[in-house]
Amino acid sequence: MIVLHGRGIVGGCAEGEALVTRETISGWGGIDPMTGTIIETRHELRGKSFKDKVLVFQGAKGSSGWSNAFHMTRLTKSAPLAMIFNQMTTKIALGAVVTRVPAVTELDQDPLSVIETGDWVKVDGDRGVVEITKKR
Amino acid sequence: MILADDEKAMLDGVSGVAKQKAMELLVRYAEALGADRFVDTHNIAGVPGSSTLFLQKYFEEHAGDGSFETVFSLYDLDAGEIMSVPAATGNCCHLQGGMDLEHWTDLGMSLEAMQHQHADEAELARHGVRIMKTCTPYLAGNLPVKGEHCAWMESSAVVYCNSVIGARTNTEGRESTSAAMLTGKIPDWGLHRDEYRHGTHRVHVETKPVESVMDWGMLGYFVGDIMQENIPVVTGAIRQADPLRHKHFGAAAASSGGVEMYHIVGVTPEAASLEIALGSRQPVATIKYGAEERRRVYDTLNANGRDPNVDYVMLGCPHASIDQFREVARLLVGKKIKTHLWMFTSRAVKTVADISGFTKTIEDAGGLVMTDTCSAIARAVPKGTKVVALDSAKQVHYLPAMVGVEAWFGTTEDCIKAALTGRWTGELP
Repeated sequence: MIVLHGRGIVGGCAEGEALVTRETISGWGGIDPMTGTIIETRHELRGKSFKDKVLVFQGAKGSSGWSNAFHMTRLTKSAPLAMIFNQMTTKIALGAVVTRVPAVTELDQDPLSVIETGDWVKVDGDRGVVEITKKR
Repeated sequence: MILADDEKAMLDGVSGVAKQKAMELLVRYAEALGADRFVDTHNIAGVPGSSTLFLQKYFEEHAGDGSFETVFSLYDLDAGEIMSVPAATGNCCHLQGGMDLEHWTDLGMSLEAMQHQHADEAELARHGVRIMKTCTPYLAGNLPVKGEHCAWMESSAVVYCNSVIGARTNTEGRESTSAAMLTGKIPDWGLHRDEYRHGTHRVHVETKPVESVMDWGMLGYFVGDIMQENIPVVTGAIRQADPLRHKHFGAAAASSGGVEMYHIVGVTPEAASLEIALGSRQPVATIKYGAEERRRVYDTLNANGRDPNVDYVMLGCPHASIDQFREVARLLVGKKIKTHLWMFTSRAVKTVADISGFTKTIEDAGGLVMTDTCSAIARAVPKGTKVVALDSAKQVHYLPAMVGVEAWFGTTEDCIKAALTGRWTGELP
């Protein structure tokens, strides 16, 4: 098991399968909040849903509707289980806060290099700790 | 966090439960950011309490009703209880909305949704919010001054506010702007602070001069894609800076990436020189924008276009300025279009377009002028649309994915030509 330490920005604990992208994610216009699916035309995760996954990504981009789009996924029960990201912005800070899922950033190793899609990831937003069990 | 006395008082509930909950949300947000204080703001642009039918029905089912105060309490402020919402403080405006209240049937909206929007607007007015209903508040009566601390949503307005006006705002969201409307506070982080406003990268234009609106849009799209959240300093041949060109550059840069601020040396207010724009630091990298890069951006923006038979021309992303109305009216006067043509703007600009005769010219040619929204926001295109022509890199970025259409990108003139002939013939000039 690999353990990363960072800063928790939204408290709580969750665990599940990772969905990883090196790319940033657009909220409004980039995801379908009804299903949690990435819809951005040129995105490497296009067509994939983060519902019930630990979303591991570079950060947020695009419209200021980012928080609203992710907030909506909380209502439609399509939100990710937790968020792990590198780049702090107002979009992602507010988005994580209102999505109310455990969220961690500023990790001591690049989570995009350590975590692969399908790995089992445990996120502790209170302590800022991420535990990774590789899928193989 | 270091809290001022008035902030502590609001958190303690001295000013009522709604302001207390708004401060609580702002503290959660500021702590997530790692901000250590708030800054006062009296210029707020958001979408307070506005609800889609989905939100309205959700809260009817889960909270008993979908009223303004319910949505504002439970969704905007993310509070656990429904509260009486006091009037907004300061200069607050509502940005774009879901439909034109005159042409709502063309947009395919239901009577229920239209009536709901009317009710929402009455609530906004009652709560002291200016109903601007536009993504371009700076063209419709909300124009801050250099150095003014703002709390704005709408990425294309945010980048304009910082870069062109020299006012200060981060890209705020619905929940933070709604909370700021009640408290007059926003986290003092990022672009509110001098040290975060300097350029990080240099983009040097080595093509023939970037001068047309289309070229400004393409350069913006290139810059956003490369910069993501960074702050570019643009140098080289970039000409004819005006509000329209900045509007298209910034909107594009905030779509392909997350650019919230840019400098153009000798043009924008915090870029008197390259050194000043960079804060006396060396750029992380210098990126060339040459003929090859320009070609690539054009091809990317046209990657969704295959069928040259155009059904629909959409103009006004971001919302059209009055000079764009003049241009479109000039191209359409005395002619009839073969496709649908919708042009979107703010109510303020439409009023001027109406009395200037531009609206009539466009409507006589067969087009429609609409306010408040756009095809991407309303997720609405004319019935049966398969192929769209657009003059906005931002709209090209969003619309094909959102409503499942092919899209062509070119100049406004290319788009009008497509409207008149039904065929796309645009090429990279």
